[in-house]
Amino acid sequence: MTKTIVVTSGKGGVGKTTTSASIATGLAKRGFKTVVIDFDVGLRNLDLVMGCERRVVYDLVNLVNQESSLNQTLIKDKRIENLYILPASQTRDKDALTIEGIARVMHKLKKSDFDYIICDSPAGIEKGAKMALYFADEAIVTTNPEVSSVRDSDRILGILQSESRRSKLNEDPVKEHLLITRYNPTRVKDGQMLSVDDIVDLLAIPLLGIIPESPSVLDCSNAGKPVILDDESEAGQAYSDAIDRLLGESKPHRFMEAPKKGFLSRLFG
Amino acid sequence: MGFFKFFKSGKEEQTAKLAKDRLQVLIAHQRTDRTGPDYLPMLRQDILDVIKKYVSVGDDALSVQIDQQDDCDVLELNITLPEDAESTEHASTVAKRRALERQQETGSVT
Repeated sequence: MTKTIVVTSGKGGVGKTTTSASIATGLAKRGFKTVVIDFDVGLRNLDLVMGCERRVVYDLVNLVNQESSLNQTLIKDKRIENLYILPASQTRDKDALTIEGIARVMHKLKKSDFDYIICDSPAGIEKGAKMALYFADEAIVTTNPEVSSVRDSDRILGILQSESRRSKLNEDPVKEHLLITRYNPTRVKDGQMLSVDDIVDLLAIPLLGIIPESPSVLDCSNAGKPVILDDESEAGQAYSDAIDRLLGESKPHRFMEAPKKGFLSRLFG
Repeated sequence: MGFFKFFKSGKEEQTAKLAKDRLQVLIAHQRTDRTGPDYLPMLRQDILDVIKKYVSVGDDALSVQIDQQDDCDVLELNITLPEDAESTEHASTVAKRRALERQQETGSVT
């Protein structure tokens, strides 16, 4: 059974692409045949974060328009077995995508025995974002501890509940997961940042993980490597925990506590 | 500036609390819009237009909510009227004018 998961947020710049790359890589690393699709037609970026930008020949729009085959279009990851990237088109606009066209692509992927299809949504609530979430069985709502991001996440939850394929066909609703990114426990402790509890309270959906603000996220995207592959970093470990929870394991949440500071560093830090 | 911060810690502004309070209101609003019946936003707009005929209020002066109590739906309207005298004065002038107009209309019919 193929599972389709959309990574969405409404707001831009909260870490959708970083999350898509790491979730897809994490699932493939655990042996699942996984493809990650960039739905941001016109503003392709997943290829850069995955480090395969020089290997893009065909893209999603070619595939939708039947100008290329699935095998020609999918880029096989060089690090991880079972991981494939389906890049967005850089030159076309979002109108090039249609529900029927995407449905054909999804059908082909299912026939090719993919276990997971990860859809990296563009920002906003326009056509591109709606296309990305339409076929979802599950949704990872990426949220920063910040007012506009939380509000937009709630908005996108409304759209998931009313405009996804599952809602239109009256099937079981899309399973929602909250992923909090760029979390800074020190600022939370000082009362300057919304806490995990605040956000869970406001959005009222189950928590998949907390990704702490970490310099390794930028380091990894600079290098074109999904941060989950950086086992040393807190962000990488947090994504790895999130994969376990996605697969049904229950794991305590980490990286929520502010590091304890000594007297001197509190005085001068 | 850690040195100074150390001594005034505890007095710092807890902006996260503010953020949560603001979001709670917003999200509750967003949710009634999407869980309530389809006509709710239109009903809200129509009622607001009627209020605006008599009182000059902003677009956020009216909140419409549907709550469930036992087995009946309760439609709750909350109208915030402005406090300043000028707008009330304006409103009463408008109301008087309308009353006058109505009298004239009925007068012409009879």
